[in-house]
Amino acid sequence: MQLISCPWCGPREEVEFSYGGQAAVAYPEHPAALTDEQWARFVFFRDNPKGPFAERWVHAAGCRRWFTAVRDTRTHRFVSPSEVTS
Amino acid sequence: MSRVPGFGRIDRSRTVTITVDGVPYTGHPGDTVASVLLAHDVHPRTTSVKYGRPRGITGAWTEDPTGLIQVEEPFPEPMLLATTVEATDGLVVRGVNGQGRLAEVADTARYDRRHHHCDVLVVGAGPAGLVAARAAARRGESVVLVDDRADPGGTLTGTETIDGEPSPAFVADVVAELADQPEVTHLQRTTAFGHYDDGFVLALERRGDSVDGYGLRTRQRVHRIRASRVVVAAGAIERPVVIEDGDRPGVVLASAARDLLHRHGVLVGREVVVFTTNDSAYAAALDLHEAGAGVRVLDARDEAPRGWARACAERGVAVTPAATVRGTRGEERITAAVTGDGTEIPCDLLLLSGGWTPAAHLVSHVGGALTYDETLGAFVFGEPVAGVEVIGAANGTLALADVLREAGGAGAPHAPAEDDGAPPRVLWRTEGDPARQFVDVARDATVADIARAVGAGLTHPEHVKRYTTIGTAHDQGRTSGMLAIGILAELTGRPVAAMRPTTFRPPFVPVAFAALAGRERGDLFDPVRTTPLHAWHVAAGAEFEDVGQWKRARHYPRAGEDMTAAVLRECAAVRTSVGIMDASTLGTIDVRGPDAPVLLDRLYTNMMSSLKVGRVRYGVMCGNDGMVRDDGTVLRLAENRYLVTTTTGNAAAVLDSMEEWLQTEWTDLRVRLTSVTDHWSIAAVAGPRSRDVIGAVFGDLDVSNDAFGFMTWQDTVLDGTPVRVARISFSGELAFEVSVASGYASAVWARLLAAGQAYGITPYGTETMHVLRAEKGYPIIGQDTDGTVSPHDLGMSWAVSAKKDDFVGKRSYTRPENRNPLRKQLVSLLPTDAATKLPEGSQIVGFCADGRLPAPPVPMLGHVTSSYHSAELARPFALALVKGGRDRVGEVVHVPVEGELVPALIGSSVLVDPEGARRDG
Ligand SMILES: [Zn+2]
Repeated sequence: MQLISCPWCGPREEVEFSYGGQAAVAYPEHPAALTDEQWARFVFFRDNPKGPFAERWVHAAGCRRWFTAVRDTRTHRFVSPSEVTS
Repeated sequence: MSRVPGFGRIDRSRTVTITVDGVPYTGHPGDTVASVLLAHDVHPRTTSVKYGRPRGITGAWTEDPTGLIQVEEPFPEPMLLATTVEATDGLVVRGVNGQGRLAEVADTARYDRRHHHCDVLVVGAGPAGLVAARAAARRGESVVLVDDRADPGGTLTGTETIDGEPSPAFVADVVAELADQPEVTHLQRTTAFGHYDDGFVLALERRGDSVDGYGLRTRQRVHRIRASRVVVAAGAIERPVVIEDGDRPGVVLASAARDLLHRHGVLVGREVVVFTTNDSAYAAALDLHEAGAGVRVLDARDEAPRGWARACAERGVAVTPAATVRGTRGEERITAAVTGDGTEIPCDLLLLSGGWTPAAHLVSHVGGALTYDETLGAFVFGEPVAGVEVIGAANGTLALADVLREAGGAGAPHAPAEDDGAPPRVLWRTEGDPARQFVDVARDATVADIARAVGAGLTHPEHVKRYTTIGTAHDQGRTSGMLAIGILAELTGRPVAAMRPTTFRPPFVPVAFAALAGRERGDLFDPVRTTPLHAWHVAAGAEFEDVGQWKRARHYPRAGEDMTAAVLRECAAVRTSVGIMDASTLGTIDVRGPDAPVLLDRLYTNMMSSLKVGRVRYGVMCGNDGMVRDDGTVLRLAENRYLVTTTTGNAAAVLDSMEEWLQTEWTDLRVRLTSVTDHWSIAAVAGPRSRDVIGAVFGDLDVSNDAFGFMTWQDTVLDGTPVRVARISFSGELAFEVSVASGYASAVWARLLAAGQAYGITPYGTETMHVLRAEKGYPIIGQDTDGTVSPHDLGMSWAVSAKKDDFVGKRSYTRPENRNPLRKQLVSLLPTDAATKLPEGSQIVGFCADGRLPAPPVPMLGHVTSSYHSAELARPFALALVKGGRDRVGEVVHVPVEGELVPALIGSSVLVDPEGARRDG
């Protein structure tokens, strides 16, 4: 069980966190202006890189704040946790 | 008796009595079941699983592959090793062949867990671990030191000299120094069995059956240790050399015989042959000789180590270099060792030492790579793993002087170096019949089995392990794993270094589920949430159902009623007079802030900003995919404040989702969300006479339809206590929801019951509520929906705003798939026999135009989502999701029920009061 660094609470047990998938997938400014395919890409498609991946996590059993962290999907190591919310 | 005076660390001043296979034996504190038996010259005997061959004990601790016992008293526990179970008064065990026995009664002992956070965890309190722990403590670090044996010292026998004093004094000094440090936790009888990410280690402490100061027995405790640094000082495990009939009782590891002598004062044999490939067995030979045995050493190396040979010569222990043992003679027990040249040497004990395999398990657990050490003939810790250090024998460092230096650095204690030692010879097996050369005696697997695996084309140790089962028994191949790899290399003609050893996985030793479960058993398995009215429901004879963690009253059967009868009665009461239900479990979220209307407009499919203060609106929440996630009512309490209700099971998920949007997407919105579910208790009063009841209890309220309209709320006061009353109906009947701070729930409930007595007010449960709502076609999210159902599919297009520019899910409704007329839609099903209650989850199948059942695959039209008996309709009915369902209203479809096809008529989802005439009473 890993330690995950919450920007607010510091390193805490992995079980206290929930995963939120790829970070920085912004809600489209004008959904109505998108083609069906563009909208489907926003709703259903996410990157799945081998290597560093910016992800959203929430400290669900702690401060309940969301944050973005970069994790290497090959090793599960967190590269540079940051407070950036997106 | 084989107890030798002057040897052993047992407490001879006290005796304990244990019973083995019905026979009582006395031993001493410090004994194990194995040492007690051996002290009485009883050689534990088991029968091998596959060939029925006799087997004895070959090890002295967890490395023993054979000596399994069943503990019966104080509490049944199967498959333990005689070498590891401490002899305590009253212990009852029996030998076990094959499967053990689990207890048939509940275990009343406590199992619990403790958490530690420390700078350094040291695994192993042998010389390396003790010195490392002391060095860390002296640096001011917080230290946890765990060791699996009953007392510290590891392989130190007491004959060594450290810093000029006998090793027991050295150990005692270090232990005393550690005990003085407040930041040091030292645990014996504690096995580190799993090593996980970021310095997380699980260790099992065996605390026995003694009672603590609180009158509690904690039989075992799992220590969850999070350490900045993990120092693995777990030692090494001696392995034998594979010889013909080497599984015969009386063939024992050299280190085990020495351990039994120095720990327990037990001499395992009188006429001893030692066959070794390395120096370590000489100490065993000399110690057993000193204890009174006749000893002969056969060394596989061309030259015996000069220092040891000298010592042997001085004591009259014969040493033969360049000699091997090929096999054994004997029936139940060894009577002779057969040497490589065919000579039979009579003996009652054959000690084997084929070298040492570092206990690298805890390194392997965290993915640490192991590399082959040619000299040692074993895999050792290879590339460094961050935060993990391996020292001492676990690192392949065997000589005490070197171990101390490695563990203690500059200030390390000193031990005299052994002179004139010789490097080991790596020898996996001697000449012999492969079918009688047992590699893993626990699995009855031989060299011939490995050869068969190779013949079948398997060359990777992981594959060979699975093919032969070598290393899969309780001991996980502690003594056999390295041998199997060495022999595999030999048979395939490849260097051992080219092999990748099998991966060690936790647990290092078998761990009882009870220990892992800890106190999370029975009532503590999962939190149980009850409403403030729970005691009343219990007293009223309610049957409960679990909804998430909540206990909800499902129905209130009267004498002689089954659930169907009770629910029909409760339904009829609500439809004809008045019923009352505890709705306190509904999720309730307080939404506050100037942007609260904006947030709710974005989250609900319908408009919430236009809701007037004092009014209530039903709302549906969807995901980006446009599918329904939750529904509930929204009360506008003030311009900047709403009260949102969610379904019981979804309360946490809805709040989390709202937070997620707020925190990650709409960070500019000034809104705060607070869960107030437990703050409010809600009584739903439903039925044509509900107005009379509410009016009687809350005298200050004008409950007339004009003054208190449908989907509005009003605050009032009852005896000084604020109460909120809302006209919300989940049954289609005139209904009120009464909310009060939870502390007053019982009092208000009692008032409502008293006022309702005149009308026969009937408490009803969730099952009745489900029937009533289903009769009205109101879906339950999660029962009638499954994450692929849109509001339109539910017939709720009216709840989807066309005015709002956007809301979560809106864009998805224009995707072609969401406009497919063949999407599954919520409809009702009436079995045409008016008698069959269709099982929920039943499939609905299509027919050919001429009424024939088509050939398989039979087209699936949908499935039954809810199904009940209706009091109002006096028949069973169901809700179902059916492809293009609304266009099929009036059609008859078929539902297979227990092999029969039951015809059912598709109808509108609203079966009772479709014009909504009843909601105003
Ligand atoms: Zn936090």
